[in-house]
Amino acid sequence: MRSDVSQFDLTAPPSLDAVLATLAKEPGKHTLLAGGTELMVALGTGRLNQHSLLSIQHLRELRFIGVDDSAIHIGSGTTFTDIRRSKAITADLPLMAQSASWTGSVANQNRGTLGGNICNASPAADTPPVLLAYGATLTLVSASGTRTVPYAEFHLGYKKTALRPDELLHTINVPRTFAGYRQYIRKVGTRNAQAISKIALAAVAKLDGDRIADIRLGAASLANRPARCSAAEAALLNQRLDAANIDATVRAARAGLASEAKPIDDIRSTAKYRAAVAGNLLEEFIRSLVV
Amino acid sequence: MSERKPILGGSPIRKEGRAKVLGAAKYIDDQELPDMWFGATVRSSIARGTIRSITFSPEINWEEFAIVRASDIPGENTIVHLTKDHPCLAANEVNHPEEPILLLAHPDKTALIAAVRGVKIEYDELPGVFTIEESETAVENNDVERIIWPGSDQGGTANCFKTYLMYSGDAKETEDGLATAFENADFIVEGEYHTGAQEQLYIENNGVIAECFRDATGGIESLCVRGSMQCPYYLVHALTLVFNLPEDKCRVIQVETGGAFGGKEDFPSLIGSHAALLAMKCGHPVKITYDRAEDMAATTKRHPSRTRHRTAVSKDGKLLGGTIDVAIDGGAYATLSPVVLSRATIHAPGPYKWPHVRVKAKAMATNIPPHGAFRGFGAPQSLFGLERHMDKIAKTIGLTPEEFRRRNFLATGDCTATGQPLVEPVDMQGLLTRALREAGYHEKLARFAEENKTSSIKRGVGFASFMHGTGFTGSGERRLNSLVYLDVREDGRPEILVSSTEFGQGTNTILSQVAAQTLNLPYESIVVSPVDTSIVPNSGPTVASRTAMIVGKLVERASLQMLTLLRNEEKLPEAHTPEEFKAAALAYRAKHGSLRCSVRYEPPAKIYWDDELYRGDAYPGYAWAVYVAEVAVDMNTYMATCTRFDALQEVGMVMHPVLAKGQIEGGVAQGIGYALYEKCMWKDGRMMNNQMTNYIMPTSADLPPIHVHFEEVPSIHGPGGAKGIGELPMDGPAPAILNAIENATGVAFNTIPLLPEDIFERFTSFTDPELGGTEDMDPAVDRDTRVESAEVSA
Repeated sequence: MRSDVSQFDLTAPPSLDAVLATLAKEPGKHTLLAGGTELMVALGTGRLNQHSLLSIQHLRELRFIGVDDSAIHIGSGTTFTDIRRSKAITADLPLMAQSASWTGSVANQNRGTLGGNICNASPAADTPPVLLAYGATLTLVSASGTRTVPYAEFHLGYKKTALRPDELLHTINVPRTFAGYRQYIRKVGTRNAQAISKIALAAVAKLDGDRIADIRLGAASLANRPARCSAAEAALLNQRLDAANIDATVRAARAGLASEAKPIDDIRSTAKYRAAVAGNLLEEFIRSLVV
Repeated sequence: MSERKPILGGSPIRKEGRAKVLGAAKYIDDQELPDMWFGATVRSSIARGTIRSITFSPEINWEEFAIVRASDIPGENTIVHLTKDHPCLAANEVNHPEEPILLLAHPDKTALIAAVRGVKIEYDELPGVFTIEESETAVENNDVERIIWPGSDQGGTANCFKTYLMYSGDAKETEDGLATAFENADFIVEGEYHTGAQEQLYIENNGVIAECFRDATGGIESLCVRGSMQCPYYLVHALTLVFNLPEDKCRVIQVETGGAFGGKEDFPSLIGSHAALLAMKCGHPVKITYDRAEDMAATTKRHPSRTRHRTAVSKDGKLLGGTIDVAIDGGAYATLSPVVLSRATIHAPGPYKWPHVRVKAKAMATNIPPHGAFRGFGAPQSLFGLERHMDKIAKTIGLTPEEFRRRNFLATGDCTATGQPLVEPVDMQGLLTRALREAGYHEKLARFAEENKTSSIKRGVGFASFMHGTGFTGSGERRLNSLVYLDVREDGRPEILVSSTEFGQGTNTILSQVAAQTLNLPYESIVVSPVDTSIVPNSGPTVASRTAMIVGKLVERASLQMLTLLRNEEKLPEAHTPEEFKAAALAYRAKHGSLRCSVRYEPPAKIYWDDELYRGDAYPGYAWAVYVAEVAVDMNTYMATCTRFDALQEVGMVMHPVLAKGQIEGGVAQGIGYALYEKCMWKDGRMMNNQMTNYIMPTSADLPPIHVHFEEVPSIHGPGGAKGIGELPMDGPAPAILNAIENATGVAFNTIPLLPEDIFERFTSFTDPELGGTEDMDPAVDRDTRVESAEVSA
């Protein structure tokens, strides 16, 4: 332990309203603490700069999985374990369950929350590529109201999000419209478990015969934030997968992805490797669409 | 007397297993002493330079702290191993990042966090050298600015801790023979092979508690240090110099130790001396425990290495002669590098017949924290080079890796490269045949070649043949002169007294098996004494795969001596019951007050070693092995995965099948990490990935089924025919895996760790393979676990 815990304040307000009131009163002063799987590691290593923590871990009202006709609504306090155990998510959003299963360790999954994973905003996080591919929306709440934003517009830069200092991520809404879609996810981590992504790709596509009628791609560690791969999507939309066209389709997709990929050299991998493997994963997905 | 099942060769439960499983075992951080303070270390922030000033932040009340500087050391400012170059605390100059400069103690552990940050040290920086090549270049160019280590009276020269020159015969005759061999060779094959540093990653970090006792006049009377360690008498020796005290005033107690792998061989001498200095200064017991980040950044790792081979071969696949140049990176101080280098040198020619071979070896200085002992101790480095090179030769001359090795294996009656005749049976041919059969090698070789044509996952098989010498090198065991006691306690139970330590590998259990088997008593009746240097004799360090064979043999001899004594003095019958033994032992005790048998190491008469010529019987015995790896290389991700492993070894008679299998499985897992995952990311001599998130040790999800096979051939050297086993499994996996990757992909990789980025680079670029790949990784950048400040953007 490289931090002196007496130098930190931890408050656990009794209700969501009390949390929002505190955030409204002193916007920017407090940092929300959900599962703590990021913040407590930073505390242990002496790197936690935020000294006033507001715990929301105990708030049952943020921990739910609701299903209606059009969408699955996941409370931001829902843990990875909750997601893995949800029959609705496993059935409708298999990529979500898959990505939750390879986040950290089982202990991390028992404490870590979907909201925390999103708001921590690591470019390498496991669930964001899936939420980008599924076209999720986020419900943000504050003492002054509620707003809904597309998740694709949430990450503004490295560790920078659209969340206002007085706001809290309440619900992640994921459409239930992927029954007819082909779905793909692959994480290339530093090892097969308890690993941070070097690169990851989540993809869904709808086919009309051998034509790609709809496609959404989300990637981790390809840029300074979780990224939707719009150029690759544009390059693929309406392209054909038949034997005469498949190679051209793959080439166009790889070129599109290469044009938008902004990976870096860091402690876990190299920019060159990330860009190339992202292309390989995309190609693997496209070729898997050919039956 | 009822017939009992043999105890050696059975698998009784571990002596300390129950306490560990129940959580009752007390590791050092579970222990505290009355009025105990806590210690912390202020370390250098630069790799090399002189200390200009040390200032203390005015915001901290320093009156509350005990502060130790180099000038407070009552004896010599040195951590002694083979030379005295390594200071206990840096006085004027620092030679590596994280070098200890100042020690602090306080009753409240939390207060130390701000205090360590409150010490400001200014330096005049000097240029550092961080690789073997940079260190060599400085010497070649006589670049005095970069001569970072001056030499020593122990054979060291500028930037070089130690060199060895080993010939397979008379030096002149061997040189002549080599000249002829290279002249007449049908093929000359050259190769260069590199291995990286590796962290031991024991579960429990380094930690100790020290006490300092004063006499009536206030002088230092004695010390007591307890902690997590392998070699308590090493720490005794270190303390005698740092405190200028006799050995019997420096008491060391090993407590339950959560793994070591060599990482607690030499390092406890440093942390133990530090805690003792703080105890001296503050007048309280002082505990120092490192957290994982400090332990990984500041303590020893495996030596990185470079091995160069040049080999003369005939067209019928016979080795005619070879030169082998081994270089290891020792870090900033000599520590154990000369002995690590010795093992690397002797193992470099492997289990092959060389008509003429010359091994030149050197340990170079760099401004990296000193590298130290780690399971295998030099052998994994030079054997990696050798076994990759054997595959290269085979490919060059058009033989299979199997056939080429078969034409050159050592066999019973042959002499090793040091001129040691192999008197005990050696059957490398038989081991190779069985290992390949167990692994399904030939069938897979054919099947994978076919499947790889159409698959994006390329599979392959490869193997390595090797040996590992048991016990200290050459005359080492004679010099150690190990002593073992076997007592019978007041309650009639025999008690083994040794300084050999249990740190998870099974020392207590196997030594008890030896005593029980020899004394013909139940395993449960044997007691193992706590390892406290005020009680136990010096049976040598717990290293070098020597405990089972060397110390085990001493326990066996002590047990036989005790039986003889009781038969002669107390008429103990030949086939005695436990009750008869107890009665006889207690009767002896009643007459003499105690019952103790003590035995010392006696070299088998024929063991001969010449330290000057580096020739003779290098080790009392060798374990022999053939390891087979199966791999899959995914061409989409360039990840190589080991998918099955078969480890066959001849380690004499297996003492405890369950523990032995565990040793092999653990060593293979560590070897897989060494080959494919574990890369120390250095920046200016500092380890940047000093956390388990970014230092990638394989998990169970990364490891294949490991099939362990034994050939049992009794050895005359160990108890019940046993030989050493602990280090052997570290030697084979890396070359076997890289041989398999070459089989899978057709591409030869000669550097470990081999990460996906390196494989990617070779398959996609035409640049020098030594460049690019993981060399392009930037250890200073980490956007996930070491968060950078958020960018200001729209």
